Amino acid sequence: MRERSLFDRAIIVRAIADSFAKLDPRWQARNPVMFIVEICALVVSLFWLRDLFARGGKDAGFDLAIALWLWFTVVFANFAEAVAEGRGKAQADFLRRTKSDTRARLVTASGIATINANELRKGDLIRVEPNEVIAGDGEVIEGAASVDESAITGESAPVIRESGGDRSAVTGGTRVLSDYIVVRIGSNPGESFLDRMISLVEGAARQKTPNEVALSILLSGLTIIFVIAVATLGPFSIYAGTVQSVTVLVALLVCLIPTTIGGLLSAIGIAGMDRVLQRNVLAMSGRAVEAAGDVDTLLLDKTGTITLGNRQATEIVLAPGVDRTMASLAAYYSSLADETPEGRSIVALAAPDVARIPGAIGKAPADATFVPFSAYTRMSGLDFQGGRAIRKGAPDAVRAWVRERGGDSTGSELAPDVERIARAGGTPLLLAEDGNILGVIYLKDILKPNMNVRFDRLRAMGIRTIMITGDNPLTASAIAREAGVDDFLAEATPETKMALIKREQKSGRLVAMTGDGTNDAPALAQADVGVAMNSGTQAAKEAGNMVDLDSDPTKLIEVVEVGKQLLMTRGALTTFSIANDVAKYFAILPAMFVTTYPAMQALNVMHLATPQSAILSAIIFNALIIVALIPLALRGVPYRPRGANAVLRDNVLLYGLGGIIVPFAGIKIIDVILSTLHLT
Amino acid sequence: MTIVGWLQAAVLFALVALCTRPLGIYLARVFCGERTILSPVFARIENGFYRLLRVDPEREMTATSYLLALFAFSAVGLAYLYVLLRTQKYLPLNPQGFDNLAPDSAWNVAVSFLTNTNWQFYSGESTMSYLTQMAGIGWHNFVSAAAGLAVAIAVIRGVTRTDRTTLGNFWVDMTRSLLYVLVPCSVVFGLVLVFTGVPQNFHAYTDAHTIDGMKQSITQGPMASQEAIKELGTNGGGFVNANSSSPNENPTGLSNLLEMLAMFLISAALTYTYGRFTRDQRQGWALFAAMSVLFIVGFAGAFTAESAGNPIVHQLGVAGPNMEGKEARFGVAASTLFGTISTDTSTGAVNSMHDSWTPLGGLVPLLNMQLGEIVFGGIGTGLYGMLIFVVLTVFIAGLMVGRTPEFLGKKIERREVQLAILGVLVLPIFGLIGTATSIVLPAGVATLGNAGAHGFSEVLYAFSSATENNGSAFAGLGGNQYYNIVLGIAMLAGRFLFIIPAVALAGSLAGKTSVPETVGTFTTTSPIFVVLLLGVIVIVGLLTFVPADALGPIVEHLQMLQGKTL
Repeated sequence: MRERSLFDRAIIVRAIADSFAKLDPRWQARNPVMFIVEICALVVSLFWLRDLFARGGKDAGFDLAIALWLWFTVVFANFAEAVAEGRGKAQADFLRRTKSDTRARLVTASGIATINANELRKGDLIRVEPNEVIAGDGEVIEGAASVDESAITGESAPVIRESGGDRSAVTGGTRVLSDYIVVRIGSNPGESFLDRMISLVEGAARQKTPNEVALSILLSGLTIIFVIAVATLGPFSIYAGTVQSVTVLVALLVCLIPTTIGGLLSAIGIAGMDRVLQRNVLAMSGRAVEAAGDVDTLLLDKTGTITLGNRQATEIVLAPGVDRTMASLAAYYSSLADETPEGRSIVALAAPDVARIPGAIGKAPADATFVPFSAYTRMSGLDFQGGRAIRKGAPDAVRAWVRERGGDSTGSELAPDVERIARAGGTPLLLAEDGNILGVIYLKDILKPNMNVRFDRLRAMGIRTIMITGDNPLTASAIAREAGVDDFLAEATPETKMALIKREQKSGRLVAMTGDGTNDAPALAQADVGVAMNSGTQAAKEAGNMVDLDSDPTKLIEVVEVGKQLLMTRGALTTFSIANDVAKYFAILPAMFVTTYPAMQALNVMHLATPQSAILSAIIFNALIIVALIPLALRGVPYRPRGANAVLRDNVLLYGLGGIIVPFAGIKIIDVILSTLHLT
Repeated sequence: MTIVGWLQAAVLFALVALCTRPLGIYLARVFCGERTILSPVFARIENGFYRLLRVDPEREMTATSYLLALFAFSAVGLAYLYVLLRTQKYLPLNPQGFDNLAPDSAWNVAVSFLTNTNWQFYSGESTMSYLTQMAGIGWHNFVSAAAGLAVAIAVIRGVTRTDRTTLGNFWVDMTRSLLYVLVPCSVVFGLVLVFTGVPQNFHAYTDAHTIDGMKQSITQGPMASQEAIKELGTNGGGFVNANSSSPNENPTGLSNLLEMLAMFLISAALTYTYGRFTRDQRQGWALFAAMSVLFIVGFAGAFTAESAGNPIVHQLGVAGPNMEGKEARFGVAASTLFGTISTDTSTGAVNSMHDSWTPLGGLVPLLNMQLGEIVFGGIGTGLYGMLIFVVLTVFIAGLMVGRTPEFLGKKIERREVQLAILGVLVLPIFGLIGTATSIVLPAGVATLGNAGAHGFSEVLYAFSSATENNGSAFAGLGGNQYYNIVLGIAMLAGRFLFIIPAVALAGSLAGKTSVPETVGTFTTTSPIFVVLLLGVIVIVGLLTFVPADALGPIVEHLQMLQGKTL
């Protein structure tokens, strides 16, 4: 996806327009706190009109100032939400453009018919030629092609899509570059991945998340409490003989209700989704992002996530009396025709030795045939004409082969090395020529760089990592130790994986996992957070609640951090918002009652100039603090992975204590400015 | 302020802290149905009770049935006391021949004792027959306290349980509260009070002739027994109008100390019981710590203000602390300590007239009630009131650490927040709206003892006290039909509209899976959590009442400093 700054000029301009459009009460009603502010703004505006016309302009200036700042408060909150939505809207526009009127070649019994993409139904077969846009989501059932998926993922390097296996899914809106494929359409019009993506990034499908709902209830409750506190102040002041104008009471109410968090709440949620999207992960719901922050257990596939996809040969241990060059040559020859990454790494390892034999490098012996690896023999190698043969493979298989050929037990001297390699998490391959064992090749799982740092981060957050691998327990435990994961599931099958997820969930933990294959689909659906790789199958993508467009399994870790940051931002601003009330009381209460009770002047600790400037300053501060906190709301509070108690302590100090102190300074400054400029 | 005053508070606090663990363990054993030291005596009676009531003690109740049982029991109790008050003239044990109560008074008294408020618009010694005192008021003193304790235990079970969705059996909890806790404690405490000089008899009042030839009617009757449960059950309704300032109810410094201890005793122990149920004693001590901070700050404030005295009086040449409305035998420290504890808990007993405290001193009892009486609090009510605040704090704190908040491992979600907020709303609605309505109605201001800010304080105090089921009063406010009815409503709402969300919250948490603790979960036992809890209590509880308090005690105080009298 195209990178865009949060505060892109175009986004800002559009957001400003939107923030006025959002004054529509039907829109505001979704947010009780800001709805109250809007009602208050309206009420004060009406009182301004009354004072202007019916009372000869008495108090009209004050009413107007309060009314304007109340409207600003609502507009600022709208603006925050509009900016948060802005980047998604821009991306949705971009996606819509790619979803132009595509034509499709429908494969029918009578041949090929060209129809409009929007006439395609689930189950239809279409044929896509080079340079054509794939008309809909589906599965390749015939052929293989390189496909440009940049419209969806932003990644310009083409990917291979082929029938069968886990790389058969194609997405509508992507373009075939070479060859042709036949695709079985998997979704009806309007339900495609692109359609879903547009509605997701645009926020049209946005629903309040469970936590957001709970917080809204808390904020509404506080609002009701303050409505009661301020409304009863009316009768109290009548009794005290110092009748308060509605404008002043309304000003106090708006200052007390949690407008800061109320105004920024939806912006925080949208921005959280957006931050996930910026990492090229498409969350199907805000609920999924929130759940990511709660994850207790992370299941990570070993291959591709913890290790580089392929094992590499790093060492050849020689049997006693074997010449290094001869062993390397045998290894080289046996692997030359082996196109697997492992085979290629053996070739690369042996090449320097082989290069010393003149003319040997780069040439397969002409008189030999390659014996490919099979699950049955668990060996591969070369058969030369005349009976000479080279084999490499699983130690027990190679030993049996050597014995069969009448070889001696020399190979057993390598047993400690075989054991050592397995314990270290590597794969030992025995290398033999005819009846002689030449040595053992050390195939090593290469860990992705810095993975242990990432696991340390996760551990600091209290998240347990479990490595999933098909390896035997010995190898698995060695890799688990080296990578620094907390636990592992060896010899994993889809069933044991599923059982593990259920077991974790039963003990109350939230489980996250990544997956791409069709056999991952049930586990992805079972997990609380299932991130499907975009390169994976359609089934996997439908089962998960997030799709990683980059197909990078380590991304899950970042998603967890975004989820946590999302909740923390809400919590921090809630605390800040509520803590602000202390200073506002000190500004407004003395101002209200000082005329009746001059002694109240003692509570005017900020020494605000006049009662009117005190109230106005508090209202202005209340509005401006929303604007000031927009960047924090959109970017999220700074997050370092640490234990919860440390995070709590720092945030209580920063946003709780800060929330008490900041408004004292802010209100005083505004008051000084107002009185210097003689505005009140 | 004297060293002796601080020492008195320190000794009392030490005694409370000392009793918390043993009594807490005892309570936990009682309510888990384990054998206790009293089982040999009471197990038969207890089982006989269940057979009589046809209760299967093993059958537990859901939140809804627990509430229904409580409501049914309370409705019958309310009707019973109302009828008794309306007919006492025709019933035995009425040596003074007191008349029946008027309907509005009977309503007020019946609700008052049903709800553990013990708000008294009457003088017991000139209104209530001995039968009413013992069978009516005495009965409610026991069962209203037992009900509070039962509800607290049910709430504790709910928040700690993961295996069951039920909260226990109401009838069993009531029976055990009475049989194993309140009755034996009261008997012992009553005897101790008799030892300190409190009367316990059925005599008619004695007429005495004073030295200067005046005739004095000396009140007596079954006082010690009622005094014991008055404090132990955080009831507060005195046998006589003067309550614990009367030498018969509270004769000596020792009885004063013991009465203060009794008010805190069971509520403080419940924090330990709570810790036992959570299987993490630090949970209980965290609540104890939060409550202790509020207690100490409250007492320090009141003691400081009362010791400083009234500058207007000082100008008249009378130096020293504010002794108006205080018993000379108790002095400033023991009087402010008693008043602080009486409003920390929902007792409302007084040994001095709160109305006569200095404005800032009088603000302390008022604030104690406005915080929700959670400083150890009423028997049972203090604990579940505190737990409501804990749930809210956990929610906010949980957000700040970036996780869906968990309390004792259980997720705090929409429903829990909703119920906690409903609980918190009760006091502002009935306390503030009640005050606001009364202060502008002619019937509401008709009986004000004072004008201006102090008069306002009286009404605010009355509604705070009634809604929080405290029962103490700024004595200036006189009773009338209006207040009898309206405060009755406030008491009823303050009790039951708070219990509903509290029990429902427990029901919602009961049976929720508990998420194992990791470094990613913040602990609800850390000092920082206690600080945050205090912050939430102060901000939610206090800020609601700041405008009202500013117009009452705070204005009074500022005016007093300027030498203005009301």
